[in-house]
Amino acid sequence: MSGLMDHLAILPIVLPLLAGALMIMLGDQRRSLNGAIGLVSMAAMLVMAVLLLRQADAVGGSGLPAAVYRLGDWPASFGIVLVVDRLTALMLLLAAILGLAALTFSLARWHRIGAHFQPLVQFQLMGLNGAFLTGDLFNLFVFFEVMLAASYGLALHGSGAARVRAGLHYIAINLAASLLFLIAASLIYGVSGTLNMADLAARIPSLTGPDRMLLEVGAAILGIVFLVKAGMWPLGFWLPGTYAAASPPAAALLSILSKVGIYAVLRLWLLLFSGEAGESAGFGGTWLLFGGILTIGFGTFAVLATQDMSRLAGASVLVSSGTLLAAIGTGQVGVTSGALMYMVSSVLAIAAFFLVIDLAERGREVGADVLAVSLEAFGEGDDEEPTEGEEIGIAIPATMAILGISFMACALLLAGLPPFSGFLAKFAILSPLLGSSDAGRAVPTGTWVLVAALIISGLATLVAMTRTGINTFWGSLDDKHLRVRVIELAPVALLLSLCIGLTVLAGPAMRYMESTAQALHQPGGYVRGVLSPTNGGNGS
Amino acid sequence: MEILIALAIGVLGGSGVWLLLRPRTFQVIVGLSLLSYAVNLFIFSMGKMRTGVAPILQKGEAGSLIFYDDPLPQALVLTAIVIGFATTALFLVVMLASRGLTGTDHVDGRERDQ
Repeated sequence: MSGLMDHLAILPIVLPLLAGALMIMLGDQRRSLNGAIGLVSMAAMLVMAVLLLRQADAVGGSGLPAAVYRLGDWPASFGIVLVVDRLTALMLLLAAILGLAALTFSLARWHRIGAHFQPLVQFQLMGLNGAFLTGDLFNLFVFFEVMLAASYGLALHGSGAARVRAGLHYIAINLAASLLFLIAASLIYGVSGTLNMADLAARIPSLTGPDRMLLEVGAAILGIVFLVKAGMWPLGFWLPGTYAAASPPAAALLSILSKVGIYAVLRLWLLLFSGEAGESAGFGGTWLLFGGILTIGFGTFAVLATQDMSRLAGASVLVSSGTLLAAIGTGQVGVTSGALMYMVSSVLAIAAFFLVIDLAERGREVGADVLAVSLEAFGEGDDEEPTEGEEIGIAIPATMAILGISFMACALLLAGLPPFSGFLAKFAILSPLLGSSDAGRAVPTGTWVLVAALIISGLATLVAMTRTGINTFWGSLDDKHLRVRVIELAPVALLLSLCIGLTVLAGPAMRYMESTAQALHQPGGYVRGVLSPTNGGNGS
Repeated sequence: MEILIALAIGVLGGSGVWLLLRPRTFQVIVGLSLLSYAVNLFIFSMGKMRTGVAPILQKGEAGSLIFYDDPLPQALVLTAIVIGFATTALFLVVMLASRGLTGTDHVDGRERDQ
């Protein structure tokens, strides 16, 4: 292996940091140069993510992480480690794809409406990649803050009263959540004497009495933090407003931010409270299941109630978060692998949806779809439009048809209808849920509620999307005003074709998800791999 | 000393939460600051309450928490202070922008009765 390959695990953090810093030094005026640097950095991250994915997949069924990168070569229980396993590699890939799509889309015009969009995207990616890679609880906090600080900037990008108002709420709730994160991390450290996730998982079975109770309190507070990020009801009221107010490429990038909460729950809950955790095994699972179901319910009502397309997309984020949380909460390996498939599919679809919305709304008069919603909630109107009167692009023939088809693909993906990956993912969740009754025992009531919630939320999404689609594409849209550039359609096409690719290659993808879920549910391999003194910190 | 620290954390935390739930942005930011003081003290106390012991090892002596203070919570507090300071400053800027754009210091950007 070459020297660079040994350090592959840390490159997804270092590269965007350097790229972002370089852009700031070059200054915000040199847009095309910054854009080129951004695209190169994103493409390199995509390549790294694919390499790491292949590395992680080559490990086999032992559940050992593919790479443990020790910072400063300190052993895992003293120093900070970066860990690459299947889940991490998958999330890195997803983040890189979304970053590339959002950045390309923004280059058409959105990066011009405010300062420092390009560096912020890079720092956002740095925070995301760091949060996925780290194997240390406090380091996770630090990367959460990096990610959030960048996301504050992205959510506020373009300014305007609506964005500042939504951003104020978003920042306030996340600052409060960060304080809870600190309380939880220090509580867990005080009881267990370690912040390394793998070490923590190894120490939990030996904790007894009040120590165990305090640890569970710490874990519960930590759970609240992650669920705020994931937008679980009743912690997720900030989510639709913020996402709807953010500029479309930023919103597309933010759609993976809510999944960081899901990732953290998946990683830590399954690591700390798996079957190998002694008395605490399965702690909090019921909360996840029912919290998830309530979130699906709330998201379903929100989807049906919204008149505004951006808020519809925000509500879809809630539905997808709820589905994932509830599926994880069931604690079954098969359901978890279905949930992973669903996560990939829904993140891609929601990001594409945010971008399609922007393109479609361009052809409509401002406020055309604001029937029941007051105009005031729409912001003060034009203050957030990029540059007045500027030619946005040349008219591509059949733009309407392309947008319509993209919208329909998003609707099918989000509602979970065949033939796309949304359907396969939902099927992969539902089938093991009901399949477990073959073993002779009845399906528990909670599972029936979850099945019903999943199917009804799909129906509601379909109804809402159909209604919006009819209003937009068969209604008032004026073809002459619709000017869309190729670099705006390309990211949408990329995201949707990836979903189609996921459908065509569902077999290999599902196998990958299954082995990921298997490794997550038996964290022994992860713990051994990280704590092993011989694991020399470089590559596989 | 334990009771003093516990009371300090309690009073700071309680005041912070109360202010955080108030409708004015200035109250919210003061509340967040007070809460972060409470949290910093809390992290500090997680390293066990000791006086007169150093967090640095002496040459030639065995490292043990019987003779030395745990340095990790202190490092955590330092990180938490830095990050908390930065994010609070950012929040302050957004707060001022909101005041300028909406003309009110209400957290929702408008007074309740309007």
